[in-house]
Amino acid sequence: MTETLLEIDGLSVDYETERGDLKALRDISFDVRKGEIVGIVGESGCGKSTLISSILRLTAPNTRFRQGEVRFKGQNLLQATERQMRDLRGDDISIVFQDPMQTHNPVLSVGQQMVDIQHRSSASKAEKRAKAAKMLGAVGIPDPEARLSQFPHEFSGGMRQRIAIAMALMSEPDLLIADEPTTALDATLEVQIIERLRELQREMHCAVLFISHHLGVIAELCDRVVVMYAGAVVESGDVREIFHNPKHPYTRRLIECDPGHIKTRARVLPTIPGEVPDLANLPGGCIFRDRCDQAMDRCAQEVPPLERLGEGHLAACWLNHEEVSA
Amino acid sequence: MLSFALRRFALAALILLVAVTLMFLMIRAVPGDPVQIMLGPRATPELQARLTAELALDQPIWRQLVIFYGNMLQGDLGTDVFSGRSVTQIVFQQLPFTLELIFASIIWSAALGILLGAYAAAHPNTVIDRTVAVLSVSFVAAPAFVVALLSLLLFAVHLQWFPAIGVGDGFWDRLDHLVLPAFAIGLSWVGYIARLVRASMLEVLGENHIRTARAFGLAERRIVMVYALRIAILPVVTVIGVGMGFLLSAAVFAEIVFARPGLGKLVIDSITTRNYPIVMGSVLISTGLFVVSTALADLINAWLDPRARTST
Repeated sequence: MTETLLEIDGLSVDYETERGDLKALRDISFDVRKGEIVGIVGESGCGKSTLISSILRLTAPNTRFRQGEVRFKGQNLLQATERQMRDLRGDDISIVFQDPMQTHNPVLSVGQQMVDIQHRSSASKAEKRAKAAKMLGAVGIPDPEARLSQFPHEFSGGMRQRIAIAMALMSEPDLLIADEPTTALDATLEVQIIERLRELQREMHCAVLFISHHLGVIAELCDRVVVMYAGAVVESGDVREIFHNPKHPYTRRLIECDPGHIKTRARVLPTIPGEVPDLANLPGGCIFRDRCDQAMDRCAQEVPPLERLGEGHLAACWLNHEEVSA
Repeated sequence: MLSFALRRFALAALILLVAVTLMFLMIRAVPGDPVQIMLGPRATPELQARLTAELALDQPIWRQLVIFYGNMLQGDLGTDVFSGRSVTQIVFQQLPFTLELIFASIIWSAALGILLGAYAAAHPNTVIDRTVAVLSVSFVAAPAFVVALLSLLLFAVHLQWFPAIGVGDGFWDRLDHLVLPAFAIGLSWVGYIARLVRASMLEVLGENHIRTARAFGLAERRIVMVYALRIAILPVVTVIGVGMGFLLSAAVFAEIVFARPGLGKLVIDSITTRNYPIVMGSVLISTGLFVVSTALADLINAWLDPRARTST
C-alpha cells in the first residue's frame, strides 16, 4: 500500500505571456501512493488545473516546464515522448473533467465514444459495446444498452458526469484524476456521485487525485490533503491532521469559510479578504502575507519553507518557528 | 428525423410560393410591352390582340397569377413564343448542363477547401497555415468572370490543355469540357470554404470535449478528422446550401464565356427578347433548386448534428 505511484518533485511551471512569465506553479512537491486518495484544495486560480494538465502533459502551447519532475511509476513524464504520453493517457492515468456538460463530443453517440476510447483493446466492436454498457450500469445508469445509442445532450448533467466516470474507469487505471467532478452539480447529486466514486475506487484499488474547493467532500473522501495557494503548496498532510490541527493561516481561514463548518446563523458568509497576488509579478516573502491577519515583519522578507511539523504534516509558515519570531 | 424532414420541406414549399409570386410580379414591372417586342414593328393590331389574349395579358394581374399557378401545378410552364415548344421541355433540356457545372464546382471546391482549412487549423501559425491564408484571400477576391477569361486564355488558347467552348459528348469529353468552367466558378469558393473551416475548426479544437478525447489517448488524426471536423463542418454545409444561389449566378458568366448551353445562358437570351414564359420557367426552376438545396443542407446538418434534430 505504501508504494509510490505519482511523485511531483519541485515542479515549477510558467506561462509565457506578453506581460512576462506567469509563475503558475512554484516548487510543487507531493506524492500519491498506490490505492490512496489525495485531495488538492485551493481557491480558483491557485494552479490546480495547471497541475493536472502538467501531469497529463495536456498543457497550452505557451506552457514552460522550468524545473522539477513529474514521476509516474518512476518515469519522468516531462521527459517522455509524445508517443509514451499517449500510451499513458486514458490507460494508466485517466481523468474526469470539471464540466460534465461539455466533456463529451456532442455529435457522436455515447456508445461510439465509449467504444472509441477502448482503442487499445483488440476486442470486437460488440464486446467493446458490451463492456461500455457494463460500465454504465456500474455507475448507476439504468437501461445502459439502450442508452448507448443516445447522444450526450439527451442526458442530464449528473448522468453525463456518471458517464465521464464510467469512461475514466473503463481501462482500470492506476491513477484517476478527478478535477472538481461535482462542482457543476447540485448537492444531492454530489453525494451520490462521490459515494459511487468511492465504491468503484475500492473495487478497483486505483489511486485518486481529487481536486476540489469543497472541503466537506475532501474531508469525507480523501486520505491526505494538499493545500495550494497562488501556485504553491502551503500545507499538506493527513486529512484528519489538516482539519483538526491546521498549521497554516490560509488553511485555517479556508476551514472557517466552509459553509458546512459554520454552526451559528450568519447574515454574511465569511470570506478571506484581499486578492491572490499577481502571478506575473510576485512580491517577495510569503505569498499569503497581504491577506494574513497574523503577518509579521519576517513574512515580508523571507519565503517560509515547507517544513515538516509532524508525522507527514508539512506547512510553510513562519508562525511555526516561534523561537525565531520571539 | 422524419418529422424534421417533413417540417423542413413544408417550409421549403412556402418559401417557393412566396418567391415565385414575387418574381411573377417583378417581371411584369419590367418596362416594355412584351407583345410589341415579340412581334416586331410590322405586327398588325389583330396579331397583337391574339398574342395578348394567348399570354392572358389582358386579364387583371391576380388572374394572371392564378392561371400561372394552375398551369404550373400541371407541369405546364407555358410555350415559347417563338418556337411554340413547351417551356418545361426547353428548360429541362438546358438544366443538366448547369447542374453538372454547379456540382462539379461545389465538389472540387468543398473537398479542397475543407482539406486546406482543416490542415491549417490543425497546424496554426505555421508556414503552411499562412500560405493557405494568403491563397484563400486571393481566391476569394478573384471574380469568377475574370478567372474564367484568364483561364480560358491561358489553359485553352495558349497552352491548349483543355477545350475552350462547348460541353462535349460522352462522359470523359464532358468532364474535359467541365474542367475550366468549374475551376473558374469554384476557385473563390475554395478560399471561402478554407477560411470558414479553419475558423470553425480552431474554435472546435479549443472545446473541452477535444481535451477529453486527447486525455483518452485517441490518435490526433482521428480527433481532427472525426471528433472535430464533424462539428466544424456544420456551418460549411449551410453556406454551401445557400451558396447554390450564388453559384447559379456565377454559372451565367461561365456559360457565356465558355459558350456552354445552360440555364444562365437561356435566361439572358430570353430576357433580351422579352420571352416571358422562358424567363419565368427558368427562374422558377433556379428558385426551386435554391430552395431545395438549402433544405437539403439543413437535412444534412440534422443528420450530422443530433442536437439540430430536436430543435428548430
